[in-house]
Amino acid sequence: MFNTLRTLLLTALHAFHRRATVQYPEQQPYLPPRYRGRIVLSRDPDGEERCVACNLCAVACPVDCISLQKTETDGRWRPEYFRINFSRCIFCGFCEEACPTYAIQLTPDFEMGEYARPNLVYEKEDLLISGTGKYPDYSFYNVAGIPIPGKERGASERERPPIDLHSLLP
Amino acid sequence: MTTIRIDGRDCPTRSDINLLQACLEAGANLPYFCWHPELGSVGACRQCAIKQFSGPEDRKGRIVMACMTPVSENAIISIDDPEARDFRAGVIEWMMVNHPHDCPVCEEGSECHLQDMTVMTGHNTRRYRFTKRTHRNQDLGPFVKHEMNRCIACYRCVRFYRDYAGGDDLAAFASHDNVYFGRAEDGTLRNAFSGNLVEICPTGVFTDKPFSAVYTRKWDMRGAPSVCVHCAVGCNTIVNAREETLRRVLNRYNTDINRYVLCDRGRFGHGFINAPTRIRTPLRAIDGQQVPVPMADALTAFARMATQGRIVGIVSPRAALETCFSLHALVGPEHFSTGQTRQEQECTELAHTLLTRHPGALPTLHEMESADAVLVLGEDVCATAPRLGLSLRQSVRQASFHTADNAKVPRWMDAAVRTLGGECPSNLHILTPAPTDLDNVAAETFRAAPDDIARLGFAIAYAIDPFAPPVTDLTPDDAAHAARIAQALMAARKPLVVSGMQYGSPTLMQATASIAAALVRTIPAAGLSLVLPECNSMGLAMLGGLPLETVMEQARAGEISTLVVVENDLTRHLDLADVADLVAAVPNIVVIDHTMTPLCQHASLVLPIATFSESNGTLVNQEGRAQRFFQAVFPPAPIQAGWRWIQALARSLDPSMHPITGLIDWRDLDEALAALAMAFPDLAPAVMAAPEADYRINGEKLRSQTYRASGRTVIRSFVSVRDQPPPASPDTPFSSSMEGAYEPDMPGALVPYYQTPAWNSVQALNRFQSEIGGPMRGGPSGIRLLSPAENQNTEAQPYAYATDIPAPYIPQADTVLVLPDTRLFGSEELSMFSPPITARSSAPTLGLPASATGSGRMVLHLEDGPHDLPVEPVPGLPEGTVLCPTHMVARAFRFPRIARLEGLTDGGERP
Repeated sequence: MFNTLRTLLLTALHAFHRRATVQYPEQQPYLPPRYRGRIVLSRDPDGEERCVACNLCAVACPVDCISLQKTETDGRWRPEYFRINFSRCIFCGFCEEACPTYAIQLTPDFEMGEYARPNLVYEKEDLLISGTGKYPDYSFYNVAGIPIPGKERGASERERPPIDLHSLLP
Repeated sequence: MTTIRIDGRDCPTRSDINLLQACLEAGANLPYFCWHPELGSVGACRQCAIKQFSGPEDRKGRIVMACMTPVSENAIISIDDPEARDFRAGVIEWMMVNHPHDCPVCEEGSECHLQDMTVMTGHNTRRYRFTKRTHRNQDLGPFVKHEMNRCIACYRCVRFYRDYAGGDDLAAFASHDNVYFGRAEDGTLRNAFSGNLVEICPTGVFTDKPFSAVYTRKWDMRGAPSVCVHCAVGCNTIVNAREETLRRVLNRYNTDINRYVLCDRGRFGHGFINAPTRIRTPLRAIDGQQVPVPMADALTAFARMATQGRIVGIVSPRAALETCFSLHALVGPEHFSTGQTRQEQECTELAHTLLTRHPGALPTLHEMESADAVLVLGEDVCATAPRLGLSLRQSVRQASFHTADNAKVPRWMDAAVRTLGGECPSNLHILTPAPTDLDNVAAETFRAAPDDIARLGFAIAYAIDPFAPPVTDLTPDDAAHAARIAQALMAARKPLVVSGMQYGSPTLMQATASIAAALVRTIPAAGLSLVLPECNSMGLAMLGGLPLETVMEQARAGEISTLVVVENDLTRHLDLADVADLVAAVPNIVVIDHTMTPLCQHASLVLPIATFSESNGTLVNQEGRAQRFFQAVFPPAPIQAGWRWIQALARSLDPSMHPITGLIDWRDLDEALAALAMAFPDLAPAVMAAPEADYRINGEKLRSQTYRASGRTVIRSFVSVRDQPPPASPDTPFSSSMEGAYEPDMPGALVPYYQTPAWNSVQALNRFQSEIGGPMRGGPSGIRLLSPAENQNTEAQPYAYATDIPAPYIPQADTVLVLPDTRLFGSEELSMFSPPITARSSAPTLGLPASATGSGRMVLHLEDGPHDLPVEPVPGLPEGTVLCPTHMVARAFRFPRIARLEGLTDGGERP
C-alpha cells in the first residue's frame, strides 16, 4: 500500500521537473560539430574538390553504400561519379575516418526523411558542398608529391626541386 | 631434399634455391624487393635480412641477405630475431624517406608490394622530417605511366627490361639516392614486353596507363581466369571487370606457358571490347538500312531465311571451340567452313599433322627456355608469337648456366651468372627473310627467300640423317652452312626447331619437321614447335571443315541461300572482288560478331556475340593445349555467347525442315562440351581443360570478387534502389559475387585473382605455387591434346620424310615476291581496335632490299589495285623480294604473292 502511494507520488512529482522533451522541429536541439549525420564532400581551401577518388571510403563502408569512379584532369584525381545510398547508410563514420584527404565528412544534419527511397540516393552534385567543412586549412595536393596546375614538381611541402640528371655533382 | 630450421621449425626444402625462396615456400612472411622468381637475386635492396646461426650452440648468429645465401643442409635461420627485424625496419625506413605522400592517387595502391612490405616490417610512423628528393617523369608512350618519385631503386625494372626482355631503351641514370630509371629522353618504350614493368615494379613507378583511365582498386574488381586471344600461344590472363565493363588484363601464371610475363599486345589489346565499333544489339537490314531490332524479331527473320534453302556456316580461328562446334551442329559437316582460305587451312592442318607425327618432344614455352640449341626457320616469332620469342631469348642463356654450374655458382645468382655468361656463345640460329628482334642474341642469322630457307632446312635434315631426302644443286656455301647448323644441333642435349606459317609455306614447315625428326634419331628430346596465326587455329584444324574457296564455288553456283558467318571478317581472307561476288550471290548473310567489320554492312542480320571477357569457352593453342576462359563481365541481354546464339537460331527453325538434335537441348557449356567430345574424339580431353560448372570447394562455389568488394548496395541504385541479385553464372563454378570459396589450393584453371593475407600485390602468387617458379598448388591449367608420336625415328621405323623440295627462288626482273611483314602491333585483327595498340602501331611501309635504290615512295600493284607506299630499306632482305605489312596495305593479304613494283617519278605522282 505504501509502495503504491510512493510510486504515485514520485510520478506526480515529475510533473514539476524540468522537461527533457525538446519541441522538435519548432525547437532545434544542439548537435556538436562531430555529430554523425548527413555525409558531405568538402572542398580544398582553393575551392577544388577534395575527393581524389581513392576508394577508401567505399571499402571501409560496412554496408557497401558508397560507390565512385576515378577520373583525372591535369594530374588531379577526381570522382567521375560519387554515389551514396542513404537508405542503406548507418552513419557509422568509418568513411570519414578512412578518408586520407578530409574530403568526406559527416555533418550534424540528420533531417533526410523522404517518401520515396530512390530520393535517398545522393549523387556527387548532391553531396558536394562549397566549403572546407571541419578542416579549414588542409589541402592534400600541397603535401602530395603530385604536380597539379599551379604547383610544379618538387614544390610540395618538404620537397626539394627535381634532380638534374645531367649534373655530375655528388 | 634438405631440411632447414626457420625460427625453431623444421622445414623441408630444396637444395638448389636460396634462403628467401625457402622461407617463402615454407609459408613465412619475409619482405623482399629486388628478388623476383624469374629474374633471380642480386642483393640490391637489403630487405630480406635474416639471422643465420652456425650451429645449435650459436646464440649470436649473423645477419645475412636471404636472397643471396644458398640453402645449406640443416641451416638454422631466424626471421623473427629482434636484430634482423630491426635491420629490416631500418632498411624500409630508409627506402620510405623519399617516398611521396601520394598513395591515395597512386594506381598501385591496394596491390602495392611496397605497401605490403612496409606493413609487414611494422614501419608505421615517419620519423624523417626533412625534405624529399623529387624527379621529373617521362612520357613512356601509350602503355606505361611513369612516376619516378615513388622509386625505391630495387633495379627490377632495368633487370627485367634489359637482361630478360632484351630491351635497350630503359636504363638507370645518376647516382646514390638520385638514381633514376627511365629512358635517355621521353619517348615510347620500344620493347614488346614493356607492359610487364607494371607487374615487375614493386611500387607505383610504372603503372598501367590505359587502366589508369578507367581505374578501380583491385579489391573492387571481379576477376576471371582467361586466355589471351591475340595470338596462338595462348598465354593465361586474368581479366578484371567492374560495373560490367572490362578494366584490364593481367598476367596469370601458367608454369608451362607464359609464367610471369605477357606481351604488350596481350596486355593492352583488349580495347576492342569497349570500343565504339562494338555491336550491342541485333541489327536487321530493312530497306538497305540496318535497324536495331529485338532478339525475337531477329530470330523470326532468321527462321524466314532458313525456309528459302540451304544454310552454310563459316566460323573463324578466333572463335571459341564451342562456338565452332555449335555451328558445325547447326549446318552439318558438309556445309561447315573454317573461314580460312585453302592455303591457310592446309597450313594449319599440316602443322597439326606434323606435330602429331613428330617422334620427339613437343616442348612447352617453359621447356623451350631450357633448349640448348635452337633453329628458327622462316618465322619472325617476335611478331607472330611474341611470348615464344621471349622464351627463345631465354634459351640463349643455357650455355651460361652450364658455365655457372661448372663454376659452382647457383643459377639464381643473377648478376654472377650473367657476368659469367658474357663470354658464352649463343646457340640460336635464325633463318628468315627479314631481320627479327632475336637477331642480336643469335649465333648467326641467314637471310633468304622462304623457298631457299626450306631448301636449306631439307639440307640440314639430310646432313643429320642420311635417310632424309638430299637437296640437289645446293651451292657450296649453303651446303657448308647446312653442315654447320646440323653440327650445332647434333651437339646439343635438347635441340629445338621452330617454324610457322607466317610465310604460308607448307614446305618450310615440312623442312622444319624433317630436321626435328632427323634429330630424334640421335637425340630423343629434340623438339618441334610450329607457330600458328590465331588463338584457336589448332582447335579448328582438329575440327576441320571446308575452305572459303569451296564456299565461294557453292555461292557462285547459287547453292547457298543463307550464310551464317561467326566472328569472321571475310574481307581479311578474301579479296574485295570475291567478297562482292559472295554478297551478290548469297541472298541472306547473317553475321554473328562482337565488332563491326566491313562485312556487317552487307549482312541482312547482325547478331551481337559476347567477347572472351563476357563468355566462357575453350581455345586450343598452337601446342595443342585446350584452355578454358571464364567470364568476368555479365553483358546486358541480347549479347550472349556464340553457342547460345547458334542454339537460339536452331530453336527458331522449323523442326520438320531442319531436324537438329543435340544442339537445341544443351543446357550449359558442359553439355556442349560433352557433345563435342562425342563428335570429335581427338578433342575429347578439352572437356577436362577446367573443372565443370558443378565443381565446389567445401560445398561452395568459387568467388570471383574479393571479400572486400565495395559498393554492393549502391552501384546500381541510380537505376533501381532495390537490391538486385548477383548475375547467375550457370556455365562456371564461379559465383559472380564475393560469396564463395577462395584459397591457394584452388585449381590452377580457376584462380580469379591473387591475394592472400598480408600479400595484396601480384607477388601473392608465391603462395599459390607448390614451389616458387614451379607448378600451381591446385594443379595445372589446361590440358594438352597432342602427345608425341609413339614410333621413334629408328631404322626399323623410319620417319616418313617429306620429299617435295622446292626449287630455289630466282629473282625476276619485272616482278617481286611480296613477303608478309607481320607486325606485333598492326597485323593482328582485334588488337587494332584497341586505342593504345593503334597508337603504338606505325604507318605501313614497304620494305626493300638495302641494295635496291629508289625514291622515297613506290607503288606496289597487288590484286586489289596499286598501293603507293613509303619505302624503307631492310638490311639483308633477299633480292627480288619486298616486305609488305600484313593486312595493313591490302586488307586481305594472301601469300606468297608475285606483284609488280614501280618507282615514282620525282613529282610524286603515279606514272
